[in-house]
Amino acid sequence: MIRSLLARYHQGSHTIGYPAEPAPEMPARYQGRPVINQQNCRGMACSLCQDCCPSAALQHIDSGELALDMGRCLFCGECTRVCPEEVIHFSNEFRLAAGQRDDLTIRAMEPPVELRLDTLRRKMFRRSLKLRQVSAGGCNACESDTNVLGTIVYDLGRFGIEFVASPRHADGLLVTGPVSINMKEALLATYAAVPEPKIVIATGACAISGGLFTTHPETTAGIEQLLPVDLYIPGCPPHPMTILEGLLQLLDLVPR
Amino acid sequence: MISQAAVIHNNEPIPLKKIPRLDVTDFQQALSAGLDTGLAITALPVVGDDILMVLRHDQQGRLHLLRTAKFNTWPSLAVRFPQMAPLERELAEECGINLKDHPHPVPLRYLPRNGQEHDSGYIGSHRFLRARGEEMHEVAVGPVHAGIIEPGHFRFLCHGETLFHLEISLGYQHRGIEKALGNSRPDKRLIMLMETVAGDTSIGHTMACCQALEGLTHCQLSPRAMDIRAIALELERVANHVGDLGAMAMDVGYAPTASFCGRLRGAFLNITAMLCGNRYGRGVVIPGGVAHDLDAELIQKMMTLVSRHFDDVTEAANLLWDNPSVLARMEETGVVTKKHARKLGLLGPAARASGLEIDARTDFQTGAYRRHQLPISVWFTGDVYGRAFVRWLEIQRSVTYILARLKELPPGNTQQPVTELPAEQLAISLVEGWRGTICHVVVTGKKGELKTYKVVDPSVHNWPGLALAVRGEGIMDFPICNKSFNLSYCGHDL
Repeated sequence: MIRSLLARYHQGSHTIGYPAEPAPEMPARYQGRPVINQQNCRGMACSLCQDCCPSAALQHIDSGELALDMGRCLFCGECTRVCPEEVIHFSNEFRLAAGQRDDLTIRAMEPPVELRLDTLRRKMFRRSLKLRQVSAGGCNACESDTNVLGTIVYDLGRFGIEFVASPRHADGLLVTGPVSINMKEALLATYAAVPEPKIVIATGACAISGGLFTTHPETTAGIEQLLPVDLYIPGCPPHPMTILEGLLQLLDLVPR
Repeated sequence: MISQAAVIHNNEPIPLKKIPRLDVTDFQQALSAGLDTGLAITALPVVGDDILMVLRHDQQGRLHLLRTAKFNTWPSLAVRFPQMAPLERELAEECGINLKDHPHPVPLRYLPRNGQEHDSGYIGSHRFLRARGEEMHEVAVGPVHAGIIEPGHFRFLCHGETLFHLEISLGYQHRGIEKALGNSRPDKRLIMLMETVAGDTSIGHTMACCQALEGLTHCQLSPRAMDIRAIALELERVANHVGDLGAMAMDVGYAPTASFCGRLRGAFLNITAMLCGNRYGRGVVIPGGVAHDLDAELIQKMMTLVSRHFDDVTEAANLLWDNPSVLARMEETGVVTKKHARKLGLLGPAARASGLEIDARTDFQTGAYRRHQLPISVWFTGDVYGRAFVRWLEIQRSVTYILARLKELPPGNTQQPVTELPAEQLAISLVEGWRGTICHVVVTGKKGELKTYKVVDPSVHNWPGLALAVRGEGIMDFPICNKSFNLSYCGHDL
């Protein structure tokens, strides 16, 4: 007993001060929110970045402007290596979550858009949000980084957010993975078991758009076609801070 | 008959036509003879019109290959050699072979047959083994089961509280990775798919893939690239093993170690992120070397953090071994004997905890492990305690290894050019991931394209080990047994 108490003293406190204090620093090589410098882009004439993108996240829209869809992006940085004009670079910004699918598309240097749940659900869930996590073809990276939120470092419980075992005890689902055909029925059944009103959170490129697996007939290319999504958290996998910030934004617990 | 087999080293390319083709009877006899003499089945993939057998000779560090033309009926070897059971089920499912006398011939993954809507219910039609009698009952769990975890269905046959049998039905995570790689060019997408075979083993699977490609193209890595890869692989092992010790503490209700190790797992992932920006090591291993280099300042930072976190892990782990109530739950729980471990072809810490001295880092040395060896961490009890303790031994040795590699990082470049793949060659790549030996079989076609890509995660061999371990235990001991194996669902389902 005395040894475990001494160990507790020695291990110290590691819970981050966020959101009262600034967020912990991201690693120097971390690839966060992409920034596009449109002036340097050669426009329609060049498609180097589009051709190298493994998940088709980049495209020139009508005006020739380059747009990057974070919902598809795997944050591999291949586009930054092939572009001779250094049009794209990945910043250290971890705040990536969005409430609308369109807000995930980046055209130039833009700050993250505000997102917030509608008043009724925000009032209901602001002090207590219970989520059921469903992995539907996820590779266990998004799942692990969601699980990490339960450790003392992030201590999700202090915000009243908790992951529960039964969907009947939950206020919503946090879905990961491109939704394999084999998990589709189970996902829909789990969603149906959550009492109204409820929310759905798509975590990771796979859940948002199918990611790498968009073209695989063994998946349904994400949950967009299956469920109404309230929060999109992009990344492959998203950093735990990205997930945390997204959840807090949704409940209006942090300013952006 | 096994003497006819083509024998190769890890990552050594061999022209397809040099692999002897036998008829089915001789092929099966050779397979039985091989397994009888202590070789282990590693993969049984379909390669074009043939079925290939890959046997592992751990003591000699060689792989034995034979093939046979596809056939209609396969007399099952699973009763004599239980390690054949999952691979035979896979074979039957993938190419429609009839299994004769298989003890339980059900699909392994329930591959969606045509991606159609109605197929979403197909996986739920699994024919489970039944048992009848007074006080017999079944407990069905999954695919969506407690906690933040991947999906799988577990069916427990119980007599009161006692578990008679556990049947595990998987396939829910199937994403068609192997199929997507058939007849493709090796590009960026290949590497990214490898990183997602099992997200927690991104480095292990990507290394297996890259080593196969480098073997096929005779690409020689620089010592610096080899060492950085080894550092990444061992960091992955330490992070996951630390997480597992915490998870096991959690499941016996011992909060201090659970809490400490939960944090420390992330701390080691953050060291990987210092190397490449991603906590799971995505993007670090590429064909021909590594994408990220280390400078003196970063090396110093990483060494300091590894040492500091290791001190904390040591304290957290020792709390477990000093606590009688923790040990009472772990010892003699979920025992797999050495004999059974060998018969099932178990791999990784699960095998070593039962006394099998196998480790691909030693038996099939590649890269940095050739110049700098690691001792094999073995225990003899085969119980939950054994699997926990082997992890602790491996954490210590991996940390020593990481620190030594960081300290003595050789100079040189980090990337070598990789040429086009040669036509009609085969290479097998074994890498000791944190769950056990990962096996990738890569076969090229006439134009140097990837014709067949077969991934065998150690979980394929180890899931039956979990089912055996819980037999005769109370059903309340399932979680701790499950955590002591901590197997991959998506690595199994692909």
